[in-house]
Amino acid sequence: MAKAKVIVVTSGKGGVGKTTSTAAIGAELARRGHKTVVIDFDIGLRNLDLIMGCERRVIYDFINVINDEATLSQALIKDKREPNLYILPASQTRNKDALHQEGVGKIIELLKNDFKFILCDSPAGIERGALMALYFAEEAIIVTNPEVSSVRDSDRIIGVLNSDSKIAKEGGEVKKHLLITRFSPARAKRGEMLSLEDIQEILAVDLLGVIPESQAVLSASNQGIPITLDADSDAKFAYRAAVSRLLGEAEVAQPAAKGWSFLRLFKGETV
Amino acid sequence: MSVDLELNNATTTASIAFQLKGGLFTLTTLQIFNPDLVQLKAQLTDKIQQAPNFFHHAPIVLDFKIANQPNIAIDFANLKAMLQEVNLIPIAIRNATPDQIQAAIKAGFAILRDTPNTRDKEKLSSTAQPAPKILSSRIITEPVRSGQQIYAPDGDLIIINQVSHGSELIADGSIHVYGALRGRALAGINGNQQARIFCNSLEAELVSVAGNYKLSEDIERQAWKVAAQIYIKQDRLQISVL
Repeated sequence: MAKAKVIVVTSGKGGVGKTTSTAAIGAELARRGHKTVVIDFDIGLRNLDLIMGCERRVIYDFINVINDEATLSQALIKDKREPNLYILPASQTRNKDALHQEGVGKIIELLKNDFKFILCDSPAGIERGALMALYFAEEAIIVTNPEVSSVRDSDRIIGVLNSDSKIAKEGGEVKKHLLITRFSPARAKRGEMLSLEDIQEILAVDLLGVIPESQAVLSASNQGIPITLDADSDAKFAYRAAVSRLLGEAEVAQPAAKGWSFLRLFKGETV
Repeated sequence: MSVDLELNNATTTASIAFQLKGGLFTLTTLQIFNPDLVQLKAQLTDKIQQAPNFFHHAPIVLDFKIANQPNIAIDFANLKAMLQEVNLIPIAIRNATPDQIQAAIKAGFAILRDTPNTRDKEKLSSTAQPAPKILSSRIITEPVRSGQQIYAPDGDLIIINQVSHGSELIADGSIHVYGALRGRALAGINGNQQARIFCNSLEAELVSVAGNYKLSEDIERQAWKVAAQIYIKQDRLQISVL
């Protein structure tokens, strides 16, 4: 079996939807039959388990495994909905200093043998937690909201990926994808948000997808269900389309519905 | 006890009589082609009359590189006296032969490190081919991201992509951006007034040439989101649309 692909979900700025996107994309990859593990790198501010609805099943965590206090199989939580989906939760009682390159590298190497995709959910910022989350990445999903500060921070984190990741240090380049979340076409049209063109012009990264601002995202998060496994919504189909592009597959047919005609913007943009 | 006291005294600032410090100075060099004192004095006097203040009590270094094609004996004591007569202060010599150095030290000259002579160069070239002197420029093809700082020492900085807000370009020479310039650009940072900044779309947070700068507020009033160049004219920073 081919070794897993390591993808970091990162943004620089907080609250833009990294964890929601990690859960949605991870669940969708698993739903399509790819064995996937999502790792929460936000040590001390554990959230991914909540979004994935498995917070009560956390016994051991990432840091326990790094410190050899538990085995990887003890810490991995198998999702109850998707048999191909696993979660490696963060420690809530520690801080980011507990992460170190050697330990993280060891765990990622172990996971690579068993999984097809390893999704690293990065904490906000450009400090240790974020650096550890992106260090081993081969690809990066840059989550950006259509506002100036988020775009600026994404630009910064792309620079960090280009200089501080393992691949970059070895002279290579991390493949980057832009995921724009909380987008409202109407507000962008009125000039209250940055347009897709503006964001792409500033960041100069290939667009993976655009997730519309949606009540469905919030309600799915509150219920602990990844949006891609929840009831049909425009956001759900937008995430599914993004995963298709990530896999380099033809875009899934989307049911025609009012309000997301803007998704057609990317038709033919898939690589 | 007395030893302790002495040590304590020695470490207080009041008792320190001197401190050694390094310094770089510009000195006038007198390249001597012909060590004939009469001829030298006549020509020097003539020269000094043209700018008496410049030469008055100026420290002078004597360079014998050209005079030494054949090794010649030089009367350093009289040479020194002659230079003092015309109000110059000879302090050191360079590019002298070993015999001349001995004589110069006796006459109270300091010896400065020689410039490499042609024979040394030949020696060097036999071991390693000297690289031709080319002004180094730095070329960046990737987008310059927020938080990145790129420096081109000794030359131009050329960016064949966009430059984001919150990034910084620094060059001893000029800066060329074949894309949008949205960050800061500082050209001629070692005082090169001839340096310029060129960009395809001027949207910079700050531009500076040889320490003269303008912020985006000022830039916006003159040229914005157009191809432009920034340079110094009559000591002022100019922005002109290309």
